[in-house]
Amino acid sequence: MEEQVNVITPDEKEEYIINMGPQHPSTHGVLRLVVSLKGEIVKNVQPHLGYIHRGIEKMCESITYPQIIHLTDRMDYLSAHINNEAVCLAVEKALDTEIPDRIKVVRTIMSELTRIQSHQLWWASFGMDLGGLTCFFYGLRDREKVLDIFEETCGSRMIVSYNCPGGLMYDIHANFQKRVKDFIKYFRKILPEYDQLLSGNVIFMERSKGIGKLSLEDAISYGVTGPTGRASGFSCDIRKHEPYSAYDRVTFNEVLRYDGDTYSRYMVRIDEMRESMNIIEQLIDNIPEGPYAVKMKPIIKLPEGEYYQRVETARGELGVFIISDGNKNPYRVKFRSPNFVNLGALNHISKDFKIADLVAIGGSLDLVIPDIDR
Amino acid sequence: MDKIQLCEFAKSLDPEIEVKEGRQFAEVTIPSSKFYQIAKKLKESDETYFDFLSCLTGVDYGKELGVIYHLFSTKYNHGIVLKTKTSDRENPHFDSVSDIWKTADFHEREVFDLLGIRFTNHPDLRRLFLDSSWGYPLRKDYVDDINIVTK
Repeated sequence: MEEQVNVITPDEKEEYIINMGPQHPSTHGVLRLVVSLKGEIVKNVQPHLGYIHRGIEKMCESITYPQIIHLTDRMDYLSAHINNEAVCLAVEKALDTEIPDRIKVVRTIMSELTRIQSHQLWWASFGMDLGGLTCFFYGLRDREKVLDIFEETCGSRMIVSYNCPGGLMYDIHANFQKRVKDFIKYFRKILPEYDQLLSGNVIFMERSKGIGKLSLEDAISYGVTGPTGRASGFSCDIRKHEPYSAYDRVTFNEVLRYDGDTYSRYMVRIDEMRESMNIIEQLIDNIPEGPYAVKMKPIIKLPEGEYYQRVETARGELGVFIISDGNKNPYRVKFRSPNFVNLGALNHISKDFKIADLVAIGGSLDLVIPDIDR
Repeated sequence: MDKIQLCEFAKSLDPEIEVKEGRQFAEVTIPSSKFYQIAKKLKESDETYFDFLSCLTGVDYGKELGVIYHLFSTKYNHGIVLKTKTSDRENPHFDSVSDIWKTADFHEREVFDLLGIRFTNHPDLRRLFLDSSWGYPLRKDYVDDINIVTK
């Protein structure tokens, strides 16, 4: 007598739907993905957003420009300083304020430190998502050093609010230059360890090479910017194309890779940390003397009109669009947040990969959920 | 192309287009019925090649509702602002551009969610952040009695 074996017949209609999140550890926040699966293969991913929608754009309509800066911290909290800078640059451009060199240089250094600490946290959590717990400890250990520098100068570790229209809140701390230089020296030595630990790891490469491919045409069409876009060969670095602050006086390379897979996105971020250190090294010894803030009017009113300012955050292009009717409050503010746009491509790039790959792809997009929901 | 050339180019596409040389960009106002065609032309034309939709903003102007598009070209590195408006506040709708630029899919859902502007031919027009019991919070006549935000 033949043994009966249970065989599940493949059926075209046999897709089932599961919720990933809103409390899933690999979504790094309250992102809920409704995933249609056929066996283990992902067929469709629909993000359901709004779990931490705070209505920042609506709130901005009832507060003044210096107050808006403190709300932008709470969007992409890992690029807090760069978000602040975006609003300040938009306001300063609208008022034709001339910004002294000292402010520009300090802002650039702080932006690059922000980028480094953001990539460090991303590296830590990305490694952990893929099963390498050691990465988490290494990454956070080194990130603390940057946060200590922030704490000393800004008085706050993460959501720094160091910018204000017309300059900076306070001057840099007396130890700032020394500590930054010490950090660069330290981190130059440590970064090869990151490579040894994860970049060349066979298991990691198996899980990331060829996974979640995004072509150049799709990257542009989906508007995917930042390291994610540059991993597909999309030259989208605002620091190069529309230099702001002191980026026009430093030399650095725009890191580009052309495979568009999870591994390229990983390598772009690792290389960007090196480029950020190069930028800081060029500026840290040459901080010009001068005031740390320009005196602005006590009540800032922008002339009637529309202002659009783009900056490069750690995750891509942040656009601040202000429509002013001449009052002290903006008429309408729109934040074009990089994560919101990058998330739009998730369904496209994770199709026909396995559910475990979805974790790797989601991690490589480096999503920060408050920036998506705003 | 610079601002002036872009203004002239846009003007040559259709006589009903209004162009304005803004502070930063050429600002082009297009009637909503012709918007889709002209947006497609601006993307596909070899001289302009606006392949990157950076930002899509819905605006409540009081009497009118409008949408503003910030476009850039990865080939020529120039930018343009497209605007379109409607005075129909009860049932405002524009043509979706999500088949020209795929990123518009999410942006248009956000605009629909927060301003109640519908986009025809959108593949999946659902609310994005809020559930259907909410009004449209970014409209200027929106009243929220619980969380009062006053100007």
